[in-house]
Amino acid sequence: MSSTTAAEHLSATTLLRFATAGSVDDGKSTLVGRLLHDSKSVLADQLEAVEHASRSRGQEAPDLALLTDGLRAEREQGITIDVAYRYFATARRRFILADTPGHVQYTRNMVTGASTAELTVILVDARNGVVEQTRRHAAIAALLRVPHVVLAVNKMDLVAYEESVFARIAEEFTAYATELGVPEVTAIPISALAGDNVVEPSATMDWYGGPTVLEHLETVPVSHDLTGCHARLPVQYVIRPQTAEHPDYRGYAGQIAAGTFRVGQEVTVLPSGRTSRISGIDLLGTPVDVAWTPQSVTLLLEDDIDISRGDLIVPSGDAPATSQDVEATVCHVADQPLTVGQRVLLKHTTRTVKAIVKDIPSRLTLDDLSQHPDPGQLVANDIGTVKVRTAEPLALDAYADSRRTGSFLLIDPADGTTLAAGMAGESFATEKSAEKSAATPADDGWDF
Amino acid sequence: MTTTIKAVEEQQDSPFALSHLDALESEAVHIFREVAGEFERPVILFSGGKDSIVMLHLALKAFAPAPVPFTLLHVDTGHNFPEVIEYRDRTVARHNLRLHVASVQDYIDRGVLRERPDGTRNPLQTVPLTEAIQQHRFDAVFGGGRRDEEKARAKERVFSLRDEFSQWDPRRQRPELWQLYNGRHAPGEHVRVFPLSNWTELDVWQYIAREGIELPEIYFAHEREVFARNGMWLTAGEWGGPKEGETVEKRLIRYRTVGDMSCTGAVDSDATTLDAVIAEIAASRLTERGATRADDKLSEAAMEDRKREGYF
Repeated sequence: MSSTTAAEHLSATTLLRFATAGSVDDGKSTLVGRLLHDSKSVLADQLEAVEHASRSRGQEAPDLALLTDGLRAEREQGITIDVAYRYFATARRRFILADTPGHVQYTRNMVTGASTAELTVILVDARNGVVEQTRRHAAIAALLRVPHVVLAVNKMDLVAYEESVFARIAEEFTAYATELGVPEVTAIPISALAGDNVVEPSATMDWYGGPTVLEHLETVPVSHDLTGCHARLPVQYVIRPQTAEHPDYRGYAGQIAAGTFRVGQEVTVLPSGRTSRISGIDLLGTPVDVAWTPQSVTLLLEDDIDISRGDLIVPSGDAPATSQDVEATVCHVADQPLTVGQRVLLKHTTRTVKAIVKDIPSRLTLDDLSQHPDPGQLVANDIGTVKVRTAEPLALDAYADSRRTGSFLLIDPADGTTLAAGMAGESFATEKSAEKSAATPADDGWDF
Repeated sequence: MTTTIKAVEEQQDSPFALSHLDALESEAVHIFREVAGEFERPVILFSGGKDSIVMLHLALKAFAPAPVPFTLLHVDTGHNFPEVIEYRDRTVARHNLRLHVASVQDYIDRGVLRERPDGTRNPLQTVPLTEAIQQHRFDAVFGGGRRDEEKARAKERVFSLRDEFSQWDPRRQRPELWQLYNGRHAPGEHVRVFPLSNWTELDVWQYIAREGIELPEIYFAHEREVFARNGMWLTAGEWGGPKEGETVEKRLIRYRTVGDMSCTGAVDSDATTLDAVIAEIAASRLTERGATRADDKLSEAAMEDRKREGYF
């Protein structure tokens, strides 16, 4: 058991957002409970509350699932019905865990959790190996382009800690995930119940030489080399103090969605196509020479040009094409269906425009990745391809190039319901295209 | 195909690494600016407590050098710590802000609300809060709630849609994808916005220290006349304590949260500086709410039930 001291706790500097995925009985709650418990993130009064609740339900041992099931209905039914976010820290890093339910009918919740995750932990039961649900989880991680995937082969204690069992499952999963374009798979044999390879290395599986789950979470890289990324700043808000002290200040505020911006750089504003040069960058009140994703900044430009919320500032010469026709994969997240001909709102970065669903060419079955043509509509938890015509041109990147400027929401204009989560461009990265994009120089064209 | 088990080097020295506080700050600022860009009449709930103080600090940075484009709203239980009210008024004046006060005492005086037998006024805040939102037609209401505070809050969205009665329905929440917050709402409905959703208590304190943010004195160790009730130290005062059989004593204490005097407990502490407070919290084996809030202990789903009714 790790003993994080107060001083160690304070030394953690970086933040990792990750998500868990697992079927109903493969031990996800136990794994989450153990990560929280062994990193000393469960405090005495919380544990006391769980013990009290467990006793009043007639259970002998504290049920760690009660730590994570926060809603009355969840506790009553003993299931998780919604994404919950948990926080814990070790000496090396802070963690935000999107704890997502594993039921097939909650695909939308897994998509929600994966959308902000830099890593996904997929659990399998060592006795069952790779099952339909595992393939579904891998497909969602690939679809959402989660950079790191961990396969946790759980319940190794129930298969006599056999290396061959682990190797077979790891190999089958890795082959499947690689085919989907998952860039990196780390397979770890664990027993969440007994604590093998979760926080502490296993005493029984000396054949395994890799990291424990926590070690891997602590060391997986969270910052990437941004020098090759296409820089993007969606304008959120125009800051104009109009005070005696700042009579002429006009700044374009936003969170850098991708890449880096520098003072002196020539930029283009989309969709108007006007150009100017960055005369200054304010990082929350402090002038800086360079800023990068995901910093929230304010850009000042040399020329007084018309820019408002919803515009996109990009380096001149590295602008995405603008178009009114969007082809994308969507995950349908609402109870009401999405149909051909439906009028919707499309929210992309800071811009919301009217749109019409022109076509739903196919629906995807996640189990075997087969495409069903012309489903006519998408219902809750369906994943499909759509063609959408927008009322105004949008500067959309491919989701494969930028999770932030390649993603969008479809919204019901009548009641504001979020209907679907959209990802522009190809659904799955093939191994070939992954290699290609890694080798592509930054200034090499921009088609999709 | 063999299993890939990659040994990965930590990239702490990457020129593009962002510290966890910078990442949380940037995310919160993005949320403030989204609301400023999309809503007509936003308001920040401001109690003079540390979370709302951090929210205001983030809002000041988000729109600098322009003023904060939001008004403030305080739901005053009438049992506030005088140091906090003094801090509140000083802060409002210093930044030239506009403050609305919704007063629980007024509602009690008018006979609209009745004092509870246990003297706790926290649950009574819901009605003045929701009526103030309706009266001023606020369409976005910033709250300092954090998901690490309580298990029902762990399920809360950053943008949380409330109906015309301010009710929260956890089963009908919108999925929140990427950083694409959906703030659409019908007339009469509003959105509660929680920019500190992903912060922990320790993050808040480390950020206060890093930014040099001033706090009300009650957050630091001081001698105070207190008495024990339900395992907590409560401040003696005109609000209704101590009762018969409860003995007042002078102790060295501080507060981890600021709220109604009737249900906000103090902790024994000799932490008189920010560094000492941070060290104390990092070592604490009790959550902030568990240590100091009587009202959350009313039942297993106390917070969920109050949130459903429209509480923060």
